Amino acid sequence: MRNFLAVYTKEIRSYFVSPVAYVIAGVFLFLSGYLFRNILMQFNQICMIYTQRSQQFGAGGLPPLNLNEMVVTQFFAVMDFIWLLVVPMLTMRLFAEEKKSGTIELLMTSPISTTQIILGKFFACFTLYTTIVALTLVYCGILEVYGDPDWGPIWSAYIGYLLLGATFIGVGILASAVTENQIIAVLLAFGALLLLWLIDWSASFAGPTMAKILQYMSIIQHLQDFQRGVIDTKDVVFYLSFVFFTLFATGRVIESRRWRR
Amino acid sequence: MIEVNNLSKYYGDVPAIDDVTFKADKGQILGFLGPNGAGKTTTMRVLTCYLPPSGGDVSVDGYDVMEESLEVRKRIGYLPELPPLYGDMTVNSYLNFVAKIKGVPSGSIKTRLDETMERTGVAHVREQVIGHLSKGYRQRVGLAQALVHDPSVLILDEPTVGLDPKQIIEIRETIKSLGGDHTVILSTHILPEVSMTCEKVVIINSGRIVGEGTPESLVAELKEGEMLRAQVAGPSSDVRSAIEAVDGVIEVREESGDDNLEDAIFIVTAAPGRDVRDDVARCLVDGGYGLRELRGLEMTLEDIFLRLTNEEMEV
Repeated sequence: MRNFLAVYTKEIRSYFVSPVAYVIAGVFLFLSGYLFRNILMQFNQICMIYTQRSQQFGAGGLPPLNLNEMVVTQFFAVMDFIWLLVVPMLTMRLFAEEKKSGTIELLMTSPISTTQIILGKFFACFTLYTTIVALTLVYCGILEVYGDPDWGPIWSAYIGYLLLGATFIGVGILASAVTENQIIAVLLAFGALLLLWLIDWSASFAGPTMAKILQYMSIIQHLQDFQRGVIDTKDVVFYLSFVFFTLFATGRVIESRRWRR
Repeated sequence: MIEVNNLSKYYGDVPAIDDVTFKADKGQILGFLGPNGAGKTTTMRVLTCYLPPSGGDVSVDGYDVMEESLEVRKRIGYLPELPPLYGDMTVNSYLNFVAKIKGVPSGSIKTRLDETMERTGVAHVREQVIGHLSKGYRQRVGLAQALVHDPSVLILDEPTVGLDPKQIIEIRETIKSLGGDHTVILSTHILPEVSMTCEKVVIINSGRIVGEGTPESLVAELKEGEMLRAQVAGPSSDVRSAIEAVDGVIEVREESGDDNLEDAIFIVTAAPGRDVRDDVARCLVDGGYGLRELRGLEMTLEDIFLRLTNEEMEV
């Protein structure tokens, strides 16, 4: 636990002492803010048209518009994609930099286990991710002020987000562990995540069993239930096992130096 | 304390070290000497559990580096060739981090840090970011990192590289002061460093040990005979035959070099244990040659090193 905390604090410090955390948070919040504004404006427009139409139908003609479906779900769907671009940049240095600068030699010759190193790094990155995700609650706050959103699906969507982020980070850490070049780490993580994102596309051309597997593998499919307000154990298990697998593989990669006789 | 038996390490099919055996006792300072690419760093990496051995046994304080790696890692302080520093941390926070992962109890971290920084002379830069320090200071922080948990074994890979002469002397003093309590293995390709700091020398070349012992014993072992250096004025071939005629002289070699010098310089080798200085002097004076200088030569570690590493190459 002590070793884990030592690595964790070191990584957190290195995120927040350098401009990395601020630049990434800044860029992400700017982009998501811009998108949120546009989605909101669009909704506004639709509302106006909708009001005019419903007047034509007379009072009580049409059901009210759903703020959650029209704004929240759409907004979350866009954020998924921005995260896919941002997370590899958070994770790229975690191991690649240690390898490049030779500090991995310090870690590997210290009485500290590979698991402690990996978990320390993982949770440090996850903390930064969670912090930035938490900042987007401001947008939902704006909705609360001007409208009446249903908070249930919002919270469940956020839980889904944390799980999705953990998966992204796991893939990113694995990519960072296999190389000492940060650019390669980023590209590998992008490639892997995009593939996992689009993998269910090929399901339409595959056989029935294969299609099921491919659909199951899609990291984004499992998020949809969360955004509808459903927390399904199946999805939670999917994300958690994915994280476990990537971190386990990272451990194997890091330790492989010790087997190569 | 440290035992290395028949250690080999292959990178693919290329042997980096081949059948290396040596031992360092508790409190000893062992110098690991060899030209670049001799296998010094590889040996040290095996000792520190960073690389697994391809063959042979390595144990530190009775613990095997493969079987009980964690125990070994608790006991060693390691300064790699490139000091493992985080450029974005301050000296203080970096050493604090290292102390934690090396298992220094929380209560004594502060005193350990102060003591180590004092010892390595980095106390006055403790609040500075490592990335902004000069090469010499980085090297010192690297040494501090290896010392911070007061390990019983210290492994230093070329600890004085990149330092200025004054710093080199200071670091050597520090290393010397560590002997006794700590077992120190230091690698270097700088010879005076070894004769100044080490009690035992292991000379390695192309992955094999070519010499082992104290600096003195190595000199004694490899000495072929007593050596003299004579500076004589006179026709060199005559002088040479005159010296060769002296009883006990094995070989006379004329030192080429300084053309401006009128006098010729001869290196005379005599049979071991025989002092031929008086006889040589007498014969030169009797022959009417001008004897300018005559003195005994000590064989240095340098000669031994060159001899050993060259012999290997010729084979």
